[in-house]
Amino acid sequence: MSISEDAAAARSVRNAWALSAPALILLTLAAAGPLLIVLVYSFLSPGKYGNVEWVFSLDGWRSVLYTKDIFDDSLQLADAHLTIFWRSVKLSLLTTGITFLVGFPTAWFIATRPPRARALWLFLITIPFWTNLLIRTFAINEVIRNEGLFNTVMIKLGLFSEPLRIINTDAAVLMGMTYVYLPLMVLPLFAAIDRFDMRLLEAGYDLYASRWQVLRRIILPIVKPGIIAGSILVFVPSLGAYVTPRVLGGGKQMMIGNFIELQFGQGRNWPLGAALSMSLLIVVMVALLVYVRAAGKEGHGHG
Amino acid sequence: MKNLLSATALLLASTGLASAEGVLQLYNWGNYTNPELLAKFEKETGIKVTVTDYDSNDTALAKIEAGGHGFDLVVPSANYVPIWVEKGLVVELDTAKLANKGNIAPEWADVAWDPGRKFSIPWQWGSTGVAVNTKVYGGDINTSSVWLEVPAELKGKINVVPEMNDIVAMATMWAGGAPCSEDTEVLKKARDALIAAKPDWISMDYGATEKLSNNDWAGSVNWNGSSMRARVANPDVAYGYPKEGYPLFMDSAMLLKDAQNVEEAYKFLDFIMVPENAALISAFARYANGIAGSEAFMPEDMKTAPEVVIPAEFKDKGVFLPTCTGKAQEYVTAIWTELQK
Amino acid sequence: MADRRFEPTRIPGFATVAVLAFVALYLPIFTLVAYAFNGGTSIAVWEGVSLHWFSKAWENEAVKSATLRSLTIASLAAIIATGCATLAALGTTRRRAFKGQTFIYVMINQPLMVPEIVTAVALLILFGMVKQWTGYQGLGYLVLAHSAFCIPFAYLPIRARLEGMDLSLETAAADLYANPWQTFRHVTLPLLAPGILAGAMLAFVISLDDVVITEFVKSGGQDTLPTYMLGQMRRAITPEVNAISTGLLGLTVILLTAFFLLTRKKA
Repeated sequence: MSISEDAAAARSVRNAWALSAPALILLTLAAAGPLLIVLVYSFLSPGKYGNVEWVFSLDGWRSVLYTKDIFDDSLQLADAHLTIFWRSVKLSLLTTGITFLVGFPTAWFIATRPPRARALWLFLITIPFWTNLLIRTFAINEVIRNEGLFNTVMIKLGLFSEPLRIINTDAAVLMGMTYVYLPLMVLPLFAAIDRFDMRLLEAGYDLYASRWQVLRRIILPIVKPGIIAGSILVFVPSLGAYVTPRVLGGGKQMMIGNFIELQFGQGRNWPLGAALSMSLLIVVMVALLVYVRAAGKEGHGHG
Repeated sequence: MKNLLSATALLLASTGLASAEGVLQLYNWGNYTNPELLAKFEKETGIKVTVTDYDSNDTALAKIEAGGHGFDLVVPSANYVPIWVEKGLVVELDTAKLANKGNIAPEWADVAWDPGRKFSIPWQWGSTGVAVNTKVYGGDINTSSVWLEVPAELKGKINVVPEMNDIVAMATMWAGGAPCSEDTEVLKKARDALIAAKPDWISMDYGATEKLSNNDWAGSVNWNGSSMRARVANPDVAYGYPKEGYPLFMDSAMLLKDAQNVEEAYKFLDFIMVPENAALISAFARYANGIAGSEAFMPEDMKTAPEVVIPAEFKDKGVFLPTCTGKAQEYVTAIWTELQK
Repeated sequence: MADRRFEPTRIPGFATVAVLAFVALYLPIFTLVAYAFNGGTSIAVWEGVSLHWFSKAWENEAVKSATLRSLTIASLAAIIATGCATLAALGTTRRRAFKGQTFIYVMINQPLMVPEIVTAVALLILFGMVKQWTGYQGLGYLVLAHSAFCIPFAYLPIRARLEGMDLSLETAAADLYANPWQTFRHVTLPLLAPGILAGAMLAFVISLDDVVITEFVKSGGQDTLPTYMLGQMRRAITPEVNAISTGLLGLTVILLTAFFLLTRKKA
């Protein structure tokens, strides 16, 4: 490597940091930095009425995995925590899958409209989100409840003989989360598909590729960054989802977001809440890095 | 000197000559403050009240404790009042500035959570009971068995509000104990009953007013004011007072230590103790207040409402939830977590 | 139409799914708007047509100021977050891997990785100290907090757009003696625009919807529409909020229509 190339590389790295600096400063001030407080709190003792007492303790971390049985003080695996965590992961994975299955065709549809119409369709995706999340969730409830729009129409049409109970089931939570997170999948997918040179498709078909082959061999590899971005934007926030599971799921089954909230609220165990948050952060971070790295490597194979 | 000033101010206010434009920052439960009340207060005193909402006692407490909040008055529930006092977040009220303090009804003038009412002025009070659609279930509704041993007619149709302290306390009382009990036999019975009953509940959710009105639910553990609004919309809904014991709550206004508009705050506290004004508070959220003589100004339908006027036979079954601490609080949280798993 | 021209961009079934998705997106919005015209006090029991919730919302100072505050915060946060995210995306894509790249990536995506309540509690404690220390209690804290958690939402679409974007045009511009700024302004930025638009819209919508962090960061008199709604949730929600939402939707539709009509004339 020549000296000038070295200098160019160094300049490139300097530029990278300089360009990222505003975002990093902002995040340090108002997101990642304050998390250090939570990290410290996870090693303290719970205060009598919430908050913390400045006495070092590992109880918060211990309670993430083990709980003392409330009645005989025996130490056992905290199966309640694990059940709640597993439910969150399962629902989030399903949500990501469904938003992709719905979002990819939608993004493709938008990206293949004439340029002027494209912006319009894009806005049409986001307009429902100009209404408030809570009221939107209540509106979904209004559509799917037993005497709601969907069931009334289906019965009038003679398709159902009695209302289909969707409300307060996992299906309702999934529908609601798919609704809420759909734009988070569609917009990055759109951004990725939109730069795609459609002539490549013609080339593919000229070479007698089937539609399926074109989709798998040409479209998916090029759209991959969009898929990665979209999945992260849907999966990670839905892990901590709070409003949708509560309103549509009827609140009978907690997700991890609700559980952490409980510790900082009525549960009055901030150190446990802090330790749970840190555990979640670590799990998500590791999963994310593995995912991005694996996806990145595979991507290189296709060039 | 200060007293003289405030007395002058009060005089000016009462004669409608108020010219000093003041402001007041009220931190209160959402959808709890009648805009008409604030308009009337502004008209009389020239003080503009800004209301900011919270939706849980714990959020409000954490927020004020963190500091730099800018609020003057806060309205915590009875079981949180001693916490605010113990933490030194509020100040003792200067009775000299509260000419109307005598209007507090005798039964609310000296309460366990604030002896002598040194720190708090009544806002509203109510109860947590069970609202049931009597067309669906005709049996006795004055019992927690309605939701802890769900009768066949209500299976899959009854809701339980997700209020940890209320629900665990009601189950504990149903099992024969007192709220914040540390008796493991009683707590075990309460926990087992809750876990066994959970599959029969349709949900653990808020919004009972709506869902009882439109028949999404046939019953719910619910607050009295909300149950009353549901009954007005749907006459089949009746409100029961569990005879095993049911929680009472009272929210009271308190003056914050770092309040910046202290004089304005006193004026407001005094203002809400005028019976006519207290009635305005009740007319809005449909809960009773603690001011004697306010009944005369209440909306007609509230004077006799069975949700507001507790029948004599159930009066002594109502319990103000104490502030659970230490081991008792750990039990409550552990039972709740297990219930939600 | 038996002899349809072969469209390489058409994938069977995709259009159907897309149209169904749009129908599903707008079905709840339809009921939401309908109940804004409800004569009764419920968002779920129909009691005849009336405009009274619109006048009620219009007269409600608290709601009006909360709506305005939400829009102000969302606009500022979207601009700041998209600006920072665009720069960061330019900085972290299309160059050889370097030390610290993973760190930047993790930092930017960190707000996504913890439930909101955690950031909210942390900010409550930190900002509480700063507020006491500086005496400043303005809207700046909310704008700062919103800008920060909007960054990943703006960053990821922009990055997705940038990755693998054709470099040849930029090289060509440089060959034609365009300075780096000119190259960016006239070549990179236009190519990047759809990504930036997508990112900005996401950031705006995410900020508009935020409840938990706002609830913990707000000072006196700083309710936004979502925190106002949250306060109502425990008791009862009236069609007033539907009326506000409908008003906002109406405004959006009018602005969009105007925008499209104006640009059409130019074109």
